[in-house]
Amino acid sequence: MNLHEYQGKELLAKFGVPIQRGKIATSASGAVKAFKELQKETGTKWAVIKAQIHAGGRGKGGGVKIAKSQKEVKQHAGNIIGMMLKTPQTPGGLDGPGKLVRKILIAEDAYAPDFDACKEFYVSILMDRQRKQNVIIYSTEGGMDIEHVAETTPHLVHKEYIDPTLGLQSFQARKVAFNLGLSGTAFKNMTKFIANLYKAFVQSDASLFEINPCLKDVKDNIIAVDCKVSLDDNALFRHPDLAAMRDTDEEDPTEVEAKAVGLNYVQLDGNVGCMVNGAGLAMATMDIIKLSGGEPANFLDVGGTADAARVEQAFRIILKDPKVKAILINIFGGIVRCDRVANGVVDAYKNMGNIKVPIIVRLQGTNADIAKKIIDESGLEVKSAILLKDAAAAVKKALK
Amino acid sequence: MAVLVDKKSRIIVQGFTGKEGSFHAGQMIEYGTNVVGGVTPGKGGKDHLGKPVFNTVADAVEKVDADTSIIFVPPRFAGDAIMEAADAGIKVIICITEGIPVQDMVKVKAYIEDKDCRLVGPNCPGVMTPGEAKVGIMPGFIHKKGRIGIVSRSGTLTYEAVDQVTKAGLGQSTCIGIGGDPIIGTTTKEAVELLMNDKKTDGIIMIGEIGGTMEAEAAEYVKMHGTKPVVGFIAGQTAPKGRTMGHAGAIIGGAEDTAAAKMKIMKKCGIAVVKSPADIGKTMLKALEKAGKLKTKKKTTTRKKRTAKK
Repeated sequence: MNLHEYQGKELLAKFGVPIQRGKIATSASGAVKAFKELQKETGTKWAVIKAQIHAGGRGKGGGVKIAKSQKEVKQHAGNIIGMMLKTPQTPGGLDGPGKLVRKILIAEDAYAPDFDACKEFYVSILMDRQRKQNVIIYSTEGGMDIEHVAETTPHLVHKEYIDPTLGLQSFQARKVAFNLGLSGTAFKNMTKFIANLYKAFVQSDASLFEINPCLKDVKDNIIAVDCKVSLDDNALFRHPDLAAMRDTDEEDPTEVEAKAVGLNYVQLDGNVGCMVNGAGLAMATMDIIKLSGGEPANFLDVGGTADAARVEQAFRIILKDPKVKAILINIFGGIVRCDRVANGVVDAYKNMGNIKVPIIVRLQGTNADIAKKIIDESGLEVKSAILLKDAAAAVKKALK
Repeated sequence: MAVLVDKKSRIIVQGFTGKEGSFHAGQMIEYGTNVVGGVTPGKGGKDHLGKPVFNTVADAVEKVDADTSIIFVPPRFAGDAIMEAADAGIKVIICITEGIPVQDMVKVKAYIEDKDCRLVGPNCPGVMTPGEAKVGIMPGFIHKKGRIGIVSRSGTLTYEAVDQVTKAGLGQSTCIGIGGDPIIGTTTKEAVELLMNDKKTDGIIMIGEIGGTMEAEAAEYVKMHGTKPVVGFIAGQTAPKGRTMGHAGAIIGGAEDTAAAKMKIMKKCGIAVVKSPADIGKTMLKALEKAGKLKTKKKTTTRKKRTAKK
């Protein structure tokens, strides 16, 4: 689960990580009000208006603007709220439709009063799958695309691995601060920043913290100016406050609906829908669709119980996508009996009445033969198969 | 002796009296697996499915000499259950539970590092040595005793491979479901290594998916130490970048963990890579033939027998 920048900053602030302060607004007039309050609280002269969507590179698409007066705040806020913001990370990239901006963050000017006297760094924390440890990745090259920095100047990207049982040690925080070239007050502030940031990461069960830029301001404060926070979905049971931050507006509506009924669904661009039990088999089924000349329209794992109600829910979700020209159901019945799934498919089909796309049902495993008979004798426009290669051939035929 | 589990394994079930634990323990016992008891804290001293229940894993080790454990404990307690098993001296720990928080597994992995045990999973279907021990949730009847080892990150896709191997007239030595999480105990490479060193295995099927670098490490191992034919498949050739595809570990992060990149490395290391999961069984058959490990006559008879049965 991803957080918005403003939510991520709330989380960091709770753990004593200094942040660029700001207020959230959903309208131009609200933005002006927020700006006035922010000026009172922080003494900031200017404000940065930042679109709050779940994607990076917002500045490139015009989603981040500096406002030097109330008039400019109103103007920029009016332009940004309601815009379809395109960034390299929104669906389809800069050529795609973009993402609707519903909220903006009115943030203080952390670079005042002397932009050139400030210094931007890059700091992130994530779990390294190979080492099975958390790692702090940091660089003097802040404010830039870190993948580009790692490619062109790998010696400027540092890594600090954290012992899982002992946690972050003082010397490690000092090492980070020294390697970033800091001294004096800025050095002390950075060690504190790193220590609190790591605490926040572990205690919120995060999977990614990316602070870019992490700023040294004119007073040697270390401040998170932007932050990207992803949380481990499997750990949300420990964090009801964080779970409540989920913004379903940022997610695909069909995916949200599928999740609500317990289906694991990912929307894709293709023309063949699929319904599968098990994640690995679901991915393999997508691959089969491609090899049969189609493109997968979705990933859908129905999980362990594939009864009529569930199959019907899955059908309804797949058929929401007008691009779907055929549906491949691929169930390997182990504990689930294939005949029950077959009955589920037939009942769901009858309940729904008007399915206009060809359906290929491949049922293998417990009672596969009985299941095939049920499908074949149902009188429905459904092709049955037992072997995966036969199912693939049927998909190919259906697409012709 | 087979890999990881066999008929001599003394198996306990953690989360024995729960719904999942009860159901699958029953299935395992029915298959003929040597289940010697179970653990449910607070229910020690009772009997369940005709086997003794213990309060702690340590008790089970002391009283019934348990050396293998299968875990069906809910996600929030599962990390703790793994550490308890490791601490009690269990040698093979198989964790079925899906949905354990990653930071819990970071700790578990560090905790068990110095212990004399092997963890398989979590988020896996378990380990199966046909005809000897079913320590997992896989359907027993699709398996057949034989000489093909299978390593896989997924559940139903493993069954698919098993079924194809059985239908090809071959059988399985041991099938290891290593799990679909970002942090798991036994890696692809370690599982392949176990099968490579197993005298009862003639060929290995290695099924991976997008995300991580485990398949590349396994491929390098095969290149350096491979003595048996290996057939490989990577699920997720059509998966988009940055999206979690069901399994928490199945997410493309960069250029190296795509299906295409993994398949390329595997091919380079001498693994027979199939593009379609429908070709796993027949490719194994071909690879065995090429390696001279197949008696063609025998193959045809087994095939006929199977069709006759139907």
